[in-house]
Amino acid sequence: MSDRILVDAKNTFCPGPLMELISNMKMAEVGDELELLSTDEGSAADIPEWVNKVGHEIVDSFTEEEVLHIVVKKIK
Amino acid sequence: MHILVVGGGMGGTILANNLARRLSGELEQGSSKITMLSASDKHMYQPGLLYVAVGKMSTSELYRDQKSLLESSIDFHVDPVEKFDLDNNSVTTKSGKKISYDILCIATGSRGHAEGIPGLAENSCQFYTEADAVAMYKKLSKFEGGKVVVATGVPHKCPMSPLEITFFLIDYFKKRGIWDKVDLHYTYPIGRVHSLAPVAEWAAPEFDKEGVTYETLFNMKEVVPGKVISEEDSSAEFDLLVTVPPHKGMQVIEDNELGKGGFIPTDKKKLNMEGRDNVFVLGDTTNLPISKAGSTAHFEAEALGENIAAIVQMGEPVRDYDGKVFCFIEAGDGKATYAMFDYNNPPNPQAPTSGLHWFKTAYNRMYWASARGII
Repeated sequence: MSDRILVDAKNTFCPGPLMELISNMKMAEVGDELELLSTDEGSAADIPEWVNKVGHEIVDSFTEEEVLHIVVKKIK
Repeated sequence: MHILVVGGGMGGTILANNLARRLSGELEQGSSKITMLSASDKHMYQPGLLYVAVGKMSTSELYRDQKSLLESSIDFHVDPVEKFDLDNNSVTTKSGKKISYDILCIATGSRGHAEGIPGLAENSCQFYTEADAVAMYKKLSKFEGGKVVVATGVPHKCPMSPLEITFFLIDYFKKRGIWDKVDLHYTYPIGRVHSLAPVAEWAAPEFDKEGVTYETLFNMKEVVPGKVISEEDSSAEFDLLVTVPPHKGMQVIEDNELGKGGFIPTDKKKLNMEGRDNVFVLGDTTNLPISKAGSTAHFEAEALGENIAAIVQMGEPVRDYDGKVFCFIEAGDGKATYAMFDYNNPPNPQAPTSGLHWFKTAYNRMYWASARGII
C-alpha cells in the first residue's frame, strides 16, 4: 500500500473539503490513499458523489468526535 | 536578531512593514535587522488583473516601486532565493550571496499552471499575469459572439474569481451590444457553483436570470481546440474558453523540496513550517486549506508581525492566526458583496449593493496604503 495522505479540512469553509480533496488527489500518485477530515455537513454526500463519478474508490468512512473521516484511494 | 523575509508580494510586504514598526527601537539600536529578498523591484496589485482582462483598469495602475512601499529601515534587495538551507539557517540567492538568518519568513506566493492540463494553455485565455490579462482583453475585443465557457482548475488563487469573471463577462458583452449573440456556460469543480454554500445559493439564481447555463462537478482533464473535457467524462464545446487555471507554489519551493506542489506544510494557527520553529510561512505559499487570497496573506501577516516581534522582545509568540479571510465579490451590474469568515465562523454574505462595488473600486486604490501597513 502507498502512503496514506492526511487532508485536514476541519473547520474550513473556502475552498472547502471537496476542493481540498480534489487538489490533493491531483498531487497524489495512483494507488495512494487520502484520509479527508471534514466538519462540513455536506461532505458525507458530496465527497462520495464526486469520488464515484470520477472513478476513485471509497476505502473507509467513519465519524469520530464529530469529525467525518473519509478514506479515498486514487485509482487513475 | 536577523529576520529574513523572502518574497515581496502582499504578505511579505505587510509583514516586513509591520515588523519594522514594532521593532523600530531594536532596528535603530542595531540589535535586530530586517532583510527582504524579492524577485522584482516592482510590486503588482494582483487583483487588478481581473479588471485589466475586461478593460476596466489599465496596466499602469497595477504597479508601484517595491522600495517605495517599504519602511526605510528594511534592507531590500532584488535577488531571489535559489537555495534554502534550513538546517543551517541560511539561504543562497540568485547572485550567489549566502545569507544567514535567525527567523525566516517565506512568502513566495503561487502561480497559474495551465500547463498542468493538456491543451489548456494553448486553447484558453486567462488573467493571472499582465501578459495573459492583456491578451485576454485583446481576444475579447475581437469576439463577435458564440459559445463562451468558463472553466476552473484546482487549486486556484482568489476563490471569488470564477464568479467575478463570469459576471464581468456578462457586463462586457452587454456593453458591446453582443450579449444576445453569446451563450455563456459556467463550469465548477464541486457540486455547486461556488465553494461557499451561501454564495452559491445567491449566484445560481443570478445565472438563471441572465441565461447563463452551468455544470458542476466539472474538473478539466484535457482541452482540444473547441472542446474542454472533464475528469467526470463530460465535455463542453466553446468558441472562447476563459479559465481560472490550476495553481502551484513557486518553482523554488518545489526545487528545494519544501512542499508538494510548491505549497509548504504549515501549522494553521502558529503559521510556522511544520517541524521548524524559526521558519514561518504566509499567503499562497502555505498548504493551509483556506482561500488563497490577498486578505488571507494580509491577516496572516498581521498575526505573524505581532508574534515575531514578541519572539524578538519576549522570546514567545502571543497569539494564534484565527483563519480570518475577507473577500470582496464583484457581482456585475455595478454591484458587489463580500464574504468574511474564519476557522470558527462561517460566512454570511449579504445581497450585493452598488455601495460595496464603489468601496471595492476605492480599495483598488487604497491597496497601496494597505501594503504600507497604514490601513
